[in-house]
Formats: sequence, C-alpha cells, structure tokens
Amino acid sequence: MTINDIWDVFVLGMVLGSLYAVIAIGYTLVYGVLQLLNFAHSEVFMAGGFGGLIVLTLVEPVAAPSGVQSVGYVLLGMAGGAALGGTVAYFLEKVAYRPLRRRRAPRLVFLITAIGASFFLYNLAGKIFGRNAVPMPSAYENKRVLTVFGTSLNITQLLILGSAVVMLLGVDYVVNRTKLGSGIRAVAQDPEVASLMGVDIDKVVSRTFVLGGLMGGVAGFLFGTNVQVFPTMGFLPGVTAFAAAVLGGIGNVRGAMLGGLLLGVVEAFTVDLVGDEWRYVGAFAVLVLVLMFRPTGILGERVARAA
Amino acid sequence: MSAKPSLEKRPEPGPGPGSGPGPDGPPLLELRDLHVGYGAIEALKGVDLEVRRGEVVALLGANGAGKSTTLKTVSGMLAPRSGEVLLHGERIDGITSHQLVRFGLGHVPEGRRVFGRMTVLENLHMGAYRLRRPDPADLERVFALFPRLHERRRQVAGTLSGGEQQMLAIGRALMGKPELLLLDEPSMGLAPLIVQQIFGILREINEQGTTLLLVEQNATQALQLADRGYVLETGELVMSGPAGELLSDPRIRAAYLGEHVEAEAEAEAEAGRG
Repeated sequence: MTINDIWDVFVLGMVLGSLYAVIAIGYTLVYGVLQLLNFAHSEVFMAGGFGGLIVLTLVEPVAAPSGVQSVGYVLLGMAGGAALGGTVAYFLEKVAYRPLRRRRAPRLVFLITAIGASFFLYNLAGKIFGRNAVPMPSAYENKRVLTVFGTSLNITQLLILGSAVVMLLGVDYVVNRTKLGSGIRAVAQDPEVASLMGVDIDKVVSRTFVLGGLMGGVAGFLFGTNVQVFPTMGFLPGVTAFAAAVLGGIGNVRGAMLGGLLLGVVEAFTVDLVGDEWRYVGAFAVLVLVLMFRPTGILGERVARAA
Repeated sequence: MSAKPSLEKRPEPGPGPGSGPGPDGPPLLELRDLHVGYGAIEALKGVDLEVRRGEVVALLGANGAGKSTTLKTVSGMLAPRSGEVLLHGERIDGITSHQLVRFGLGHVPEGRRVFGRMTVLENLHMGAYRLRRPDPADLERVFALFPRLHERRRQVAGTLSGGEQQMLAIGRALMGKPELLLLDEPSMGLAPLIVQQIFGILREINEQGTTLLLVEQNATQALQLADRGYVLETGELVMSGPAGELLSDPRIRAAYLGEHVEAEAEAEAEAGRG
C-alpha cells in the first residue's frame, strides 16, 4: 500500500465519516437534553431520504442539467430531506416521548418506545413508498471534478463532505453561541435549575429534536443520492452513527463529530485492507477498544448526571 | 417546644436601611395554609408565611423540617396539595418555574448548582435567559458585588471553590432582575469566614432593594441578617417573630444555635419570667 493509496482510502473514509458525524449529532443532542437513546433517529434519517426523493420526483430534473440547475436540484433535495426529517423528529418527540415525560416514565420505557417508534416508522415508509430501493433522481452528472493530492473526488463525495462541514460548523455555532444553544446546554447539565432560569424545557427539547432532525434529514438525502432510498436505509448508518456518538462521548457535540469521522476512516481502511464483509467489524472493534480505556468516550466527561 | 404564633403582629422594622415594611397593600409574598407532600409523606402541613417588600425573612429549621420544600413550592418546582402562594397578591401556585421568573422571582438553589461545564460568564448569562439579552448594568452590579467572579469570568464554573460557586449562584439569580430572591442554605459547606463575607453581600443586595427569603440551618448568621424569622419543625411553623427576639429566645438558642448548655438557657428563661 503506497502513500497515495493510504490517502485515497483516508479521503473515502472522511466522506463516509462526515455523514456518520452529521447523523451522530442527532443522537448526541437528544441524549444531552433527555438522556434518551433515540433509536428512532435512524428513521428520521430515512425520512430525509424520502423527503429528497419526493421533492426531486416532483421537480423531475432535466436530462443534462446545467450547473445552475444542478445546484438548484441539490438544494431542493436537501430542503426536502431537511423538511421531512425535521417534521418526523418534531412529531416523534411530541407523540412518542412527551407523554412519557409528563408521566415521569422510567428510562427503560423511553428506550422501548424509541425502538417501537423506529419499527413503526420504517414499516410506515414501506407501506407508503414500497419496500424496494429506489434511486434518487440524478440532479447532476456525477463526474470526477476535483483532485486532491492525487485522489480524485466525484461531485457526490464533494457534496457530502462540503455540506457535512457546513452543518457541523453550523450546529457547533448554534450550540455554543446562540440562546437556543445555551438553553440546550443548560437543560443537559441541570434541567431543574435551567427552568429556574426561565428555560422552557419542553420548547428546548422540541427544538433539539428538530435541529437533529434537519441535519439527519439532509444526511438521508445525501445517502440516498450516493446509494439509494429504501425504508430500512437508516439501520446500518444509524447504528454506526450511534456508535460514533458513544465513541466521542455521548452528549458531547464535538465528540460526535470526532467519533463519526474516526469510524468512517476505520471502516474505509477495514474494507480496503481486510475486505468488504469485515466492513463493520473494524469500526466496532475500535469502539470496544476505546470504551475499554475511556468508558465515557473520547471527549465524554461523566455519562451519568448527578441527581 | 411550644408554638408561639405571632403572625398577627406586623413585622418590626429592622435596624438596617431598606428593611422597613413596604407601603400598604398585599405582602410581596404570601403563603396561605400551604400543604405539600411527596407521595405518602406530608412535607408541609399548613404553612402561613408572609414576606413584605424590602424585608429579609429567615426560615429556620432542622434538616427535613420542610424549608427547601417551602422554597421549591414558591418557585414552582413543586405543586402544593392545597393552600395558596401569592406574589404581589396574585396566585402563582400551579405556574411552572420557567414562567415564574417573569414575575420577578429569583431562586438560589440548595447546593449552589451552578452549570459546571459553563464559564462564569456563561452562567451569569444563563441567569438572564428570560431577558432578550443580559443587561450590562446587572453584570456590572454582580461584578461589583463579587469582584472574584470578574477575575474568574472566563473560568469554567466547575473549577471554582465552594464559596465562589455560591457567589456565582447568587450572581446568576441577580441577572434575572428578581424582586424577591429565594436563597436555599447559602452557607452550606462553607468556611465561617466565607459565610460572613456572603452574608455581608446579601445585606448589600437587600439594601439595594431586593427582598430576601432565606432558608438556613445556620440560625445565628441568618437571624443577624434578617428582619424577621420563622421556625419550621416537621412541616409546621412553630415560632415566628422579629429576628432580634428569636435570636435571644432561649428555645431557639438551645435548638438551633448549638447552645448545649441547657442550664444557661434555663437560667435565662428563669430570668425572663422573673
């Protein structure tokens, strides 16, 4: 393996990992405010795939779109993904989790509800859209456009990397620099005191779900563009992104980014060096190893919160 | 200990400025026959209490007497089973805590509970969450009261000492422009010198026009600062009166001021009768 090959695989891994990072944010944000492992987030991602598919199917991209048209189609697809992802996340919180919070249900009940919501959503998608994989209408001609140190990237890869970077910077800004962000961080640290400061916990929780849902939805559209759209498309990326969130230190936004990128790169190298059937083995071996030495994840502090 | 109800008495004006009773009209805060419980346990069994504008009122009692429960009920963290909580003469029981801050209520919770992973400045900004943006004048005021916080404003709050965290918890509550500040055991776990310092600052805060309702186990400190005091025992008020009177009451001295010399208290009581 030459240095060029290593670079090739690394770049592929970063593309994959940036997508995991974006999905992992959704898990980690919700865990931060509710200590809830929202397993239905993979279906929010899936909804984003269908959101993009619906919009692009309605728009019907022309056969050989110009550059401007392509940009327009991509933005429309992203908007469709974000809209449906955000909507599903919003109602997921409102319908599935909020009633449990009202009744102060034990944490196990939340977990079972999350799994149930996940089953419900992908079966609902199967009922509505059919269970077969559908390709995303192509918004552009996916040619190789850019060569970075000998590795050429196609438009889809660039699109994934670029939009992931924008979203990750964006969410980092929201969490650390805006009022919603201070509300999210305060609720994550001490919900009772946060509400003494005037933070409306319900509102913050709802917006946290929507924030994660918008990003997960765009990720779903990107994944659909790169692969295909199908009801169970959320499962493997979801599990991996969840692992990424845990690896980075669940509840920690920058940790989720780091964990996502790391798992993506490890996965790419595993496929290249060992073989495709070992795809997830390498990534999960890293997860187990890291957690053995840092049980709270790379950037995690305490998993459990006092009181 | 026998009950000595004296709620009918108007509060005596305290020695400090700004501590006189407010103009006529309803008290700033009034609790009427408040019952609060957790499950089968009744934590408050009919508490009547009032705080007038500008006062410092101390709520004393041993562990588990219901002091924190009282404060938590006022700030909406607990819902009463029966009874009323009135602020400015309006019912506020049943209103959730995040809405209550808009009514001019500030709460410094037991155990300080600063946001440990935020900086001092971020904590103070959290205190002003209900406002559009933090008022620079409030920030200046907090830093003037607690110069230490200014020195450490970029430091993560979890790394502050206990005393500094208490100052931060008070400063954070002040950022929300409270008219009534509820303080839950501000002396807890702090060295005597720090406690004195904090109580000195509380006096200053009161003199600047904020009314204080102070829950304390440290009865001496609390009564020296307060205009009036109430004593809670297993969910019931057993005594109330001007702070000076409570401070010299032999039963209070025996029960809460750690005076183990019973003979002395008895002698004083004898003298009082004679």
